[in-house]
Amino acid sequence: MTDKRFVIVGAGPAGMRAAERLVAAGQRPIVIDEAQRFGGQIYRQPPAAMRRERRDLYGFEAGRASAVLDRFEALRAQIDYRPDTLVWQVEANALQLLHAGRTRTQPFDALILATGATDRVLPFPGWTLPGVYTLGAAQVALKFQGCLIGPRVVFAGTGPLLYLVAWQVASHGGQVAAVLDSAPLSAKLRAAPGMLARPAVAAKGAYFLARLRMKGVPLHGGVTLLKAEGNERVTSLTWHAQGNIHKTACDAIGFGHGLRSETQLADLAGCAFEWSEIDQAWLPTRDAAGRSSVRGVYLAGDGAGILGADAAELSGASAAQAALDDVQGTSTTTSSDLAMQPHVAFRHALEAAFALPPQWAAEAPDDLIVCRCEEITAGELRACARDTGTRELNRLKALTRIGMGRCQGRMCAPAAARVLAHATGCDLKDVGRLRSQPPVKPLPLALLHDAAPDTAVPKDEDD
Amino acid sequence: MSGTPILRRIEGLAPRDEIAFTLDGRACTALEGDTVLTAILTQGERLRESDFSDAPRAGFCLMGACQDCWVQLESGERLRACTTMLVPGMQLRTGARR
Repeated sequence: MTDKRFVIVGAGPAGMRAAERLVAAGQRPIVIDEAQRFGGQIYRQPPAAMRRERRDLYGFEAGRASAVLDRFEALRAQIDYRPDTLVWQVEANALQLLHAGRTRTQPFDALILATGATDRVLPFPGWTLPGVYTLGAAQVALKFQGCLIGPRVVFAGTGPLLYLVAWQVASHGGQVAAVLDSAPLSAKLRAAPGMLARPAVAAKGAYFLARLRMKGVPLHGGVTLLKAEGNERVTSLTWHAQGNIHKTACDAIGFGHGLRSETQLADLAGCAFEWSEIDQAWLPTRDAAGRSSVRGVYLAGDGAGILGADAAELSGASAAQAALDDVQGTSTTTSSDLAMQPHVAFRHALEAAFALPPQWAAEAPDDLIVCRCEEITAGELRACARDTGTRELNRLKALTRIGMGRCQGRMCAPAAARVLAHATGCDLKDVGRLRSQPPVKPLPLALLHDAAPDTAVPKDEDD
Repeated sequence: MSGTPILRRIEGLAPRDEIAFTLDGRACTALEGDTVLTAILTQGERLRESDFSDAPRAGFCLMGACQDCWVQLESGERLRACTTMLVPGMQLRTGARR
């Protein structure tokens, strides 16, 4: 038994399993989560006032969801669980927190970052119109608020979430006007052998597709999204496939192109990053157990590379074990490497089935808004690259304010990097990545004054 | 507010208590457990206007990442609609200049 402070950020599958492992070792971990209830995005729970069956919320995943949610609930007395709390800065073995309008400092001996992911977005003209949301947003509306976007909704982009969300919405009474996949439908067949790494998961994907077909939902592959139109809100989506241009009437659009790891806290913690070919993104480096390049900082779940919820449970437990070993000077030989292999193989098959649209940056029109916070266009980014010779993303940010708005680049960075790489003829990895800046999310200015006197952690909580 | 609401409640959920609030001065009701975003978008089709072009906006990620859904109370206080729960008596403003 030690009195070391183990702090976990994020209460999704990775964070919950990390906490469980620490409790099993006799620790009392601190779990900090921005949401009101644990579960993460995948197992997001509705507010207490809304009672819903897990089968209705999580479908095929209800069993897995219950296993991890019930386990965490059972351990609550042994966990210092702090919901509704934002981590807005990481520095010198301490986190800066915001909860209920107050900031405070939380020191740590070991920090496990399980920060999850958001939709990766390659936008199209009109994506800022009311009614246009991410695929994840459509899912949050359904799981967390019991609401459908629409009434008539088009789901677009690519990735396994595309068909899952479309099916979830259709099966809850939503009118799905079309599912428009930027990857060709034939790619799913070609990727099928690789999907056998996780046959049950592949079967579920095939099921969603088949059920959408049976419901008469038009499914199209090889689609290029041209524009969403409307005045007060979206009324149509125009798209192109196999040489024909189509216009689909709709009241809402859900779209996304796979997931983007949430790495800002790892960056602020000083973790080294490396290029991930499969994620087409710079990600914090980690060893097989989950150790980052910074002593005492560990990485788990989709926040460190997209492998999905089941892999996140494994990597959460593994990172917690590594933290225990390092703090206690013990050594555990078990590694999650072997258990992770099917997840990695499956991810490669998914990438083949749901490839990103290769021509996206080339085809993005100059008037496309890339930054929705400050309405900076693709044309402005290209002009900057052309006129100043900028070839690096932070330089582009300094000159155009891309990535400097309220979202801190969370929504625009993948698109901006692609526009810059295309404009300069560089590889995507060579334009680099946006450096993270605290606070990672907007804070009321008045709070900053409160921070100083509160930096000393009260003795009774500093254990 | 006019137009078809962007959000529609699914059917068959257990009944919940109503919560009264005002939206641009108009008396409205939503349900216990609703976020501010849900309360507004089950009534209408916008949350705010863009700071840069006055174009209407109605949120985007719904998970506290994109910061597209900040709305104001009549008191001037700002809040992120997708992560703030509706409280009885809230006086919400969409900023619609009309």
